[in-house]
Amino acid sequence: MSLISSLHVASTALHAQSLRLNTVASNLANADSTVDTNGQPYKGKQVVFRTIPMEDQGADGVEVMSISDSTAPARRVYEPNHPKADIQGFVTYSNVNPVEEMVNMISASRSYQMNLEAMNSARELMQRSLDILGT
Amino acid sequence: MNPVPEYDPLSFGETALRLRTYRQQILGSNLANADTPGFRAKDVNFAAALREQLEGQGYSGRVPLAVTSTGHMPSSTFRPGMPTQLFRTSMQPSMDGNTVDLDIERAHFAENVTKTEAQMRFLAGAFRGRITAMTPDGR
Repeated sequence: MSLISSLHVASTALHAQSLRLNTVASNLANADSTVDTNGQPYKGKQVVFRTIPMEDQGADGVEVMSISDSTAPARRVYEPNHPKADIQGFVTYSNVNPVEEMVNMISASRSYQMNLEAMNSARELMQRSLDILGT
Repeated sequence: MNPVPEYDPLSFGETALRLRTYRQQILGSNLANADTPGFRAKDVNFAAALREQLEGQGYSGRVPLAVTSTGHMPSSTFRPGMPTQLFRTSMQPSMDGNTVDLDIERAHFAENVTKTEAQMRFLAGAFRGRITAMTPDGR
């Protein structure tokens, strides 16, 4: 049934976009982190999307293929009194650019909303199809 | 001669709804993959597909390629029983090769939802007519 697989496709997109929102939240939260879980300055995380075929012919879902570290240069600030300052007095912060992350966040939340609408449309159509034989 | 052939409303409605929901699924896939690098927006030629399906032809003439080795690529455009998917011509492809234009996709999506709903009402009407014909006293 195509309408049900429309629901499945939209749900894969909701899942992928919410994961993207999660990484944006981590990046924003750690924008000023000088130490991550490996003892290095925090590196921004980026999701990579990939198309996945669904069970039904013609339906293409989406999934997060990988979450990779941003390769942007880290932000270095001259703060000689900071406990993490190096010999020259520079502190290496994360490489997160908050402006980029906000743009990413808005894009992810718009995509999420759009797929939610698609899901709602599929649900309404299924509801309608139940009425074909009713009164 | 009547240029529009007469079809049985029930089989017409069934075929049209099947193609409409199929198209709905493809348009939904386009929306889901709006942010996937390299994804190309797809659609079907609805009018041509409906005619082919109603006239019971179009797919019998085409033969799929046999896949006998793991290195063989399936003839992916061949989908028995379902219309061929076409790639949408993109006005402004993104840098990552994605050709989903959200405004266009949403317009097609809304159009398809409305037409599916209309088709469901027509089908319901066809059933109601039959039920009325079967009811004594036209109750």
